[in-house]
Amino acid sequence: MRIVAAAALAIVLVTGAAAWYGASLIANRGTGSVFDIGGPFVLASARGGTVDSKSLAGKPYAVFFGFTHCPEVCPTTLYDMSNSLAGLGDAAKDFRVFFITVDPARDTLAAMKDYVSNFDPRIEALVPSEDQLKQLASDFRVYYAKVPTSDGSYTMDHTASVFLFGRDGRFAGTLAYDEPAATKQAKLKRLLGG
Amino acid sequence: MKLINQIAFASALTLASIIGMAAGDAHEIKFGTLVIHHPWSRQAPGSADVAAGFMIITNNGKQDDRLVKATAEISTGAQIHDMKMVGDVMKMSELPDGIVIPAGATVKLVPKSLHIMFTGVKDAIAEGEEFSGTLTFEKAGTVTVDYEVAAPGGDMSGMD
Repeated sequence: MRIVAAAALAIVLVTGAAAWYGASLIANRGTGSVFDIGGPFVLASARGGTVDSKSLAGKPYAVFFGFTHCPEVCPTTLYDMSNSLAGLGDAAKDFRVFFITVDPARDTLAAMKDYVSNFDPRIEALVPSEDQLKQLASDFRVYYAKVPTSDGSYTMDHTASVFLFGRDGRFAGTLAYDEPAATKQAKLKRLLGG
Repeated sequence: MKLINQIAFASALTLASIIGMAAGDAHEIKFGTLVIHHPWSRQAPGSADVAAGFMIITNNGKQDDRLVKATAEISTGAQIHDMKMVGDVMKMSELPDGIVIPAGATVKLVPKSLHIMFTGVKDAIAEGEEFSGTLTFEKAGTVTVDYEVAAPGGDMSGMD
């Protein structure tokens, strides 16, 4: 009888501990994701000078990683973003969008300047050094890799999501490439409204 | 007088766009047992030196064929590529063996999937323009096709 009681108590204790541990994991994940993506940066801008993430305090912004030799994802994302910005009107007037190249070897400041001139003027091109890019990839949890092609050149694999940051400077979610335009617009409205 | 000129100009533009659309609608190339539906591309940013080509290919024959090569007048190169989204990562791969078009089947070259990647694009292509290119199939041989250029972000995959 005593053994049964002891076993029951043990089960209660173990279950309770597991539940507490599980709850703490969920709680940590909840706040962790908000704090963990993104990081401070100072990067060369195609407009001249640099952009320091410190200067973005109080302003919502978005970051997209890509490259100009990109046949589909990058131009489509920037084109969709231009449309979104036009549709957001005044709510997006202090919203900034940064297009950061994952191919700084080919994407010079001049090439990036030319490229973004095709899109909404709020989209600003930034060119990191290879070392800065490594740090950004780690801070933003972004994947990028060169993929050689038969003509001796290469293309790039890369994370295609747009990272959103709120007025408080914190990570506020992503826009996924294959998400419907209406979903993206709703997310942007929420970001800019807060 | 100025107004009349403007109206005339606008009408001419409208007419031109209607004719352009009509030409774009009937866009199917029959080549042996292959049918190539509506090759199209997308307006690329001005300074971009790459663009993508899309189309739907049906093989009505009894033998598999294979798209092995492409060229285009707008570019120095053209590669056959596959693109996949793996989670949130866009992965691109060149298909050195081309794309098999199985007997009796339809293969779709559409956004976020198989496509021709034009490299070394000399002059920016703009919405409404057309450009020609060739497709070489292992068995059927080489055929010339015209690509219609869609708006940036546009999609003509659903068109005949």
